[in-house]
Amino acid sequence: MHDLAPLTALGTKAPQQEKIGLVTLAEAPDWALASVTARLGQEAACAAALAQTLGAGAPGVARYHGGPVLGAFWIAPHSWMVQAPYSAKPDLAAHLRGQLGPCASVTEQSSAWARCDVTGPAPLVAEMFARLCNLDMPQLPSGHARRTVIDHLGCYLLRGDGGAVSVYGPRSGAQSLWHALELAARSIV
Amino acid sequence: MIIPHPLLGPCDAQEFTYLGDASLIARPDGMAEGAADAFHDYLYLRDNPAGLHRELWYHEQGDRSWLVVTRNTLTHEIVKAELARDVARAEGRGR
Repeated sequence: MHDLAPLTALGTKAPQQEKIGLVTLAEAPDWALASVTARLGQEAACAAALAQTLGAGAPGVARYHGGPVLGAFWIAPHSWMVQAPYSAKPDLAAHLRGQLGPCASVTEQSSAWARCDVTGPAPLVAEMFARLCNLDMPQLPSGHARRTVIDHLGCYLLRGDGGAVSVYGPRSGAQSLWHALELAARSIV
Repeated sequence: MIIPHPLLGPCDAQEFTYLGDASLIARPDGMAEGAADAFHDYLYLRDNPAGLHRELWYHEQGDRSWLVVTRNTLTHEIVKAELARDVARAEGRGR
């Protein structure tokens, strides 16, 4: 039996956290992800099945549903990313496949992405992201989800309440993403 | 340049990649009579208008949709942006 120690995307045993001025960056490794895409001609059935699984409507264009356990955000027409805490749904993709049946293609995405949660006063966080990406944060409502580019990395950005923003970036570029976030947070102190 | 995405609203052109003339949607039937000639025209013959031009853009760093964007090649003004899926279906190409 192998005795392997799990590492986070940033290569440490415990998730990193850093407070820069009033903004806090926190690596959030405990998230399972799976993408759900409707099969051709099954769009309505897939949206209905996903809504039933989530216990809320399938998120509309650029929307994010937090959910108590299962959450989801819109990534493309008839396509969503579903997220859940690892501890609650370690086999998220298999769970969704069972729930959704043949109307959807479900792809395991957990190990492709690394998540970082940014919190702080809303105007400061908005200024920070103005330096990082094209999105106009003060214009985006809470519960908005968009893919955007941060330092050449394609990232998903979820806008929570107030100054809470979660960023999913490619796991292979987690350190570059962390560096970009850190640098932007420092530049507004 | 700002592209008015039909679903997501105004998006920076930096998020997109450009493919070319929207007539690329009209791919000929490879099994039909005279397919070689049809493919020659499809592949090599393009209009090069000074004015309105319909072209395919891919929203790579966004929702990954293909758009048909109508752009004025003289002024870079973007007149219209549609989902390529809708355009293809309207032309009877969708399944």
